[in-house]
Amino acid sequence: MAHILSITPIPLLSGILWLVLLLLAMYFARKPFHRSMASFGRIIYNAMRLAASSVKLAEKRLQLRNQEVLMTAGLELAERKVEREFDRISDAVRRDLEGYPKVQRMLSEDLLKLEEDYQKSAEIPQTLPDWVKVIDAIANIKPTGDRMVVNMLEEIHQTLNEQHKAAVERHRRDVAERHGILSRTLPFWRNVKKTLSGVEKAISNLNQRSKKIDRYMDNYEKTLNQSETAARQLSSSSLTQFFISGVVLAVAVVGAMINFNLVALPMSEMVGGNSYIGNFKTSDVAGMFIVSMEIVLGFFVMDALRITRLFSIIGSMEDNKRKTIFWVLFIFLFILACVESSLAFMRDRIAADMEALRQSLAGMDTSQTVTSNIPTYGQMIMGFILPFILTFVAIPFESFISSSRTVLGLLAAFALRIIAFVLRLLGNLGFYISRLIINAYDLVIVPALWLEGVIIQKRSQTKDIEDSRDQTDREARERRRRTENNAQQKEAIE
Amino acid sequence: MRPTGLLLLLIGWMLMTSCSQGVDRSRGVYMLLDTSGTYTAELKKAQTIINYLLGTLQPGDTLAVGRIDTGSFSEKDIVAKVRFDPRPSVANNQKRSFQQTIEQFVTTVRGSNYTDISGGLLQAVEYLNEAGAGQKYILIFSDLQEELAKGHVRDVPFQLSGFNVIALNVTKLRDDIRDPRKYLDRVEKWRGKTEKGGANWRVINDLERLESIFAH
Repeated sequence: MAHILSITPIPLLSGILWLVLLLLAMYFARKPFHRSMASFGRIIYNAMRLAASSVKLAEKRLQLRNQEVLMTAGLELAERKVEREFDRISDAVRRDLEGYPKVQRMLSEDLLKLEEDYQKSAEIPQTLPDWVKVIDAIANIKPTGDRMVVNMLEEIHQTLNEQHKAAVERHRRDVAERHGILSRTLPFWRNVKKTLSGVEKAISNLNQRSKKIDRYMDNYEKTLNQSETAARQLSSSSLTQFFISGVVLAVAVVGAMINFNLVALPMSEMVGGNSYIGNFKTSDVAGMFIVSMEIVLGFFVMDALRITRLFSIIGSMEDNKRKTIFWVLFIFLFILACVESSLAFMRDRIAADMEALRQSLAGMDTSQTVTSNIPTYGQMIMGFILPFILTFVAIPFESFISSSRTVLGLLAAFALRIIAFVLRLLGNLGFYISRLIINAYDLVIVPALWLEGVIIQKRSQTKDIEDSRDQTDREARERRRRTENNAQQKEAIE
Repeated sequence: MRPTGLLLLLIGWMLMTSCSQGVDRSRGVYMLLDTSGTYTAELKKAQTIINYLLGTLQPGDTLAVGRIDTGSFSEKDIVAKVRFDPRPSVANNQKRSFQQTIEQFVTTVRGSNYTDISGGLLQAVEYLNEAGAGQKYILIFSDLQEELAKGHVRDVPFQLSGFNVIALNVTKLRDDIRDPRKYLDRVEKWRGKTEKGGANWRVINDLERLESIFAH
């Protein structure tokens, strides 16, 4: 610095000289600097815009792909629902309509019996003989006092009374019989009513299912047409699924850890407590392996039951094979549950033994320790149940995986959008920063520019004066020429 | 990602981590008990330390207790030794048996005339090297006042590379109270001897902080 300021005896003068030289250099380099800065700004601007449009394009593609995935998932879901409803309808039809001939036969039989009874009941009981008139006629006979007539009339009266009693008795019997027939028809009517209400119920059930299928089919069509509504619904459903299944998986992880703790200690009895795989105890790895095996078996079991579709090959197997695989897997799971239960028992014993030793080493009296079998049973039950509970992890796991694709896609699209925005922002910033630098450059060399302005102004003033002189000369010459012309014309006229 | 993928990832990770296998994590502890003179009265404290060790050591670890007497460089001075079985239940039984042996020793021990700490240290080194433990600890339960019998040569350089030598309960003698430099010199002398041999030397006098034995 001192060397720079020593080009003249006075440092200030040296500084001013350097400043003037620098300004001069900057003034002369102004145009190339402006051009290069403008080019630099444009390069940044164009490059960033190009990159932003490329990212935007990638985002669009990703969004399209996301929508495809979403729609495919939606279609699969709708298909699954429709398929399930068809299965249910098929079951209902098989259950209800398989018995339809039987129902029909029952109805026919009941109706036949009803008809027979109706016909039987249609036989009107014999009415009482028309003796009233005869009796009236006999009653109207005036008493003559003839003994023979009296006897005869008494005989007739007695006979009539007896026959009347018999007729009334017969009539009552006939009516009772008719009532009996009618009362026997009542169960048949009830049977018919019950059968018909059963048929009605089955039909209404089928009707409801068909309406449900209609609704599912509508959704399916909407999804197939890739409508906005379907996309929104599916997207929101995916997000919900993602969070819910995430929470359930977190709970399952805690369960798996408890399960692991139940088996890790007793595993050291089998594989030894002093060997390591990497940084982990072999017994811990073995315990983790058992828990993992249970979870994997759970995945297979759920696939074999067609509850999940993690492995399409299992779901697409023939029913017989699938059932066989299910039972094989279930037996394995059951064996693992039994093993784990016994390991839990062993763990309890080892832990109790360790605790007793610890107390003995600490000089405590171990005979006073209260022992109970309840924790042992509890651990054994937990050890047995947890593998089966972990089986159900497959359901949230499948939901999590399928919804995470959508969620990750959405996040990636959002990230790409942000990147595109940032790139555009950088491009604009680069462009305007180059402009700012140009203006700042001009600001630094303001004295030189001011001087240039003054010089140019002076030059232009001189030029203006010269121009006005030329103009005056031209006008004078013109006037002179016109005067001469006028004079010539006058001379010619004269 | 499908579960098979996760499983493969897990197996790969396990294989990768297993590449780092080969580090022997087993611990070998040799405890020297000073049975000379008045220090015999301190052996109850030693028993507490041994009980702590029994509670802390894991299957696969090695524990031995040797006495410091007139001539400690001898297998006969090993009071009890055990390599814990890999199975925890068996190891627990071994610990119980070890505890009983020590109990018996503490109640029947008689004080010796001389204190051959160097001989005990040499015996400990030999034993732990033979045991092949990954981490080696020699615990010296003594006041570090060495008194050799006539004719015993202990001017042998120690080979203590990889050993942790920990002096426990280094009590102050009557002379130390009058002149603390003697105590400090004594401790410093053993520090120098062991560190010269490549050992990591520590002193733990507070028996409430026994967990710092295995803390590096």
